[in-house]
Amino acid sequence: MKLKLGAWVTAVVAVAVFFAAAYAISGGPSKPVPSPLAGVYLGKGTKCVAPLSVMRRYHMQFLLHQRFLTVHDGIRTKRFLLTNCVDCHADPKTQSVLGKHGFCASCHEYAAVRIDCFSCHSSHPESTGANSVMALAPTNSRIAEMVKETEITQLQSDPVVASNEH
Amino acid sequence: MSIDRRQFLAVGGSVVASMALAPGLRLIALAEARNPDQGVTNLKRWGILVDTTRCAQGCSACVTACNKENGLQQDVRLDIRPQWIRTVTLRDEQTGYVQTLPMMCQHCEDPPCVDVCPTGASFRRADGIVLVDRHICIGCRYCMMACPYKARSFVHENLHDQLPDIPRGKGTVEACTMCVQRVDAGKIPACVEACNYDGGKAMTFGDMKDPTSEIAKRLATEPSEEIRPQLALDTGVRYQGL
Amino acid sequence: MKFTDFREIEGRSLGYYALLALFGVLVLAGLYAGYYMETNGHHVTGMNNQIVWGIPHVFAVFMIVSASGVLNVASIASVFGRDMYKPLARLSGLLAISLLIGGLTVLVLDLGKPDRLIVAMTTYNFKSIFAWNIFLYTGFIAVVTVYLWTMMERRMNRYTKTAGMFAFIWRLTLTTGTGSIFGFLIAREAYDSALLAPMFIIMSFSFGLAIFILYTMAAYNLTGRPLGDAIMRRLKNLLGVFVAAVLYFVTVYHLTNLYMTAHHAFEKFILLNGGVYTALFWVGQVLIGGIVPLIILFHPRVNGGSRRMIAVAAALVLVGAFCQIYVIIIGGEAFPLIIFPGKIVSSSFFDGVVGHYRPSLPEITLGLSGVALAMGLATFAIKVLPYLPASLADADVDPHHKSKSEATEAAHA
Repeated sequence: MKLKLGAWVTAVVAVAVFFAAAYAISGGPSKPVPSPLAGVYLGKGTKCVAPLSVMRRYHMQFLLHQRFLTVHDGIRTKRFLLTNCVDCHADPKTQSVLGKHGFCASCHEYAAVRIDCFSCHSSHPESTGANSVMALAPTNSRIAEMVKETEITQLQSDPVVASNEH
Repeated sequence: MSIDRRQFLAVGGSVVASMALAPGLRLIALAEARNPDQGVTNLKRWGILVDTTRCAQGCSACVTACNKENGLQQDVRLDIRPQWIRTVTLRDEQTGYVQTLPMMCQHCEDPPCVDVCPTGASFRRADGIVLVDRHICIGCRYCMMACPYKARSFVHENLHDQLPDIPRGKGTVEACTMCVQRVDAGKIPACVEACNYDGGKAMTFGDMKDPTSEIAKRLATEPSEEIRPQLALDTGVRYQGL
Repeated sequence: MKFTDFREIEGRSLGYYALLALFGVLVLAGLYAGYYMETNGHHVTGMNNQIVWGIPHVFAVFMIVSASGVLNVASIASVFGRDMYKPLARLSGLLAISLLIGGLTVLVLDLGKPDRLIVAMTTYNFKSIFAWNIFLYTGFIAVVTVYLWTMMERRMNRYTKTAGMFAFIWRLTLTTGTGSIFGFLIAREAYDSALLAPMFIIMSFSFGLAIFILYTMAAYNLTGRPLGDAIMRRLKNLLGVFVAAVLYFVTVYHLTNLYMTAHHAFEKFILLNGGVYTALFWVGQVLIGGIVPLIILFHPRVNGGSRRMIAVAAALVLVGAFCQIYVIIIGGEAFPLIIFPGKIVSSSFFDGVVGHYRPSLPEITLGLSGVALAMGLATFAIKVLPYLPASLADADVDPHHKSKSEATEAAHA
């Protein structure tokens, strides 16, 4: 009997939650929809690497696919690289995609989907290198390295190489 | 102005030659810089040659560079501290001869760690670099049992502030990656760079399959050895003066 | 053949519930230990980059090896047709399954990423013995479950022999796989030997039977069911043979190594100057786990036909078994890899140094919880399903047994 009561309560709560959720998604008549993105820094620029609707639905597949390409085949094209995502979406104030208003964390918290990416990956952008002491105040060696990196970029923008890029 | 037959032949010959050679030059250029859209292939095999006679005792330029490049934390108990490269001092039991050399993942052609890994997380990239895909590593440490060079470390604690290009995390096994992030960007591994800059210039990095590379030339003309050659693992790291 | 009356145990006594509660508490403690190790990382254990497998693996291998061995009792009945073992077959299968579950639980909870178990179940490298073992272990549970079903469902009885044969082959393969985890490691002096696979099989015979004897005696004593001498005598003699066989394999293993100069350093380490490992080998494994039980089991003046002495011998075999696996796994790892023969090696990474290891509380708790889980599962199962014969008295198990009255009647006739 006790068990039955429990089952009933669960069922009622589940139905209520379902309708509440449906109501929230449909927008409701007057109240503003609580958005997970309130106060969240969305990213540099105006466009993501794919249309917003596509990114929202498929970003995990893109990341999963890219991770295999990067780790096993050494393909580091920037488009779906996690470091590229972080570079763009990290909050300039916190230098992170995590935290209460972090781009990744806020939404995943809202959706209650636990992600394991950042137990290994850095949540800080590469360009600012929040975790690299060197990058904060460029020393001579850092400048030398930057020059070297530019040379690499020039190599990659070489017409011979570039003509093979699709 | 008229040109004589000899001049005509010279000019004509060089034109023909350049027409014939140009595509070849282009191919060389392509082989050098991999198209970023295309994966690594087995046309290359990256390797490191270590001349132990130039490896000075007390020098740790390669180790320092590795720790910095890969963000390996140093404030950790020694027995659980990850060491992707270490300097080993050898003293001959009979003669007392002492020498030093760097030890790291030997990037075997047939790696025992890859054989034993239950999930395939431990793998050998087509260009010869042996890596751990941390995404599917379950942390069983069987590869550490299997490695004949004691080259792997297990991450025993939570990490913070990993470098963006070097994701690392608790509960997975790791080892020297031959600085794969640098190699993919056309650079040489940090240890080799440091050795040639601050150290004894003992290390050479390159494509062992490219007959024009320094490493291939030296391997072809000078004596070199693998460590534990009886295991026949065909290592990517070779030593001189062992 | 006599009909065996299998019955669930009553299991309403305070003692029974106290026992289950004890197992439950241990299992909970082990789960917490696993959680603690996972959230903090393995630095809270005694394991390190030199000793990568520690006491949880000793417990796990101990239980997995015993699991396959404990099934032997059933195999003797079904495969080799010894009727006297038939009443014991169900318990044998039950203990096999529960020990394997206990061992696997410890193994899984010790992983660096236990939350990725699903990865281990979906991504395979078939060159890895670990990958085969995932199939061998889960398959073992399935095969033995079917085997039990053919025994316990009367309409399926005619398939018991087939299922028993299949389970027997499966368990031999399984232990070969477990032994090969170490046998195929070319890197280390202690392993890299095909002998390890058959040695693990014979170890499983011995350890499994010792557990079976102890569990049966405990169950029959605590439930007050009759347990005859005939069956105990059989099991006792069998255990003696197995213990001797283990000693034989250990001797051959070390003799082989002693003959090869390259392995002398390792032999010296285990047999002479390995400190705790040498002590565990000679005192634990050879003396307590081998010689003393043999004397007890075979010397009539020592055991005097006493049950208690059989139990003592079985317990000593298990102590020795634990020492043996400790020496194989941890002793084998502690001995430094010989990367540069003929050189004295030193580095910051403990090259050339004997590995140091001190098991920590969480690890030991985790290991013990596996044993508790196995015992708890079996103890619960014998209450809900009829695994145990109501009587193992001589008259009920021995097809040739004649009671005193029968004997006198026959004499009069």
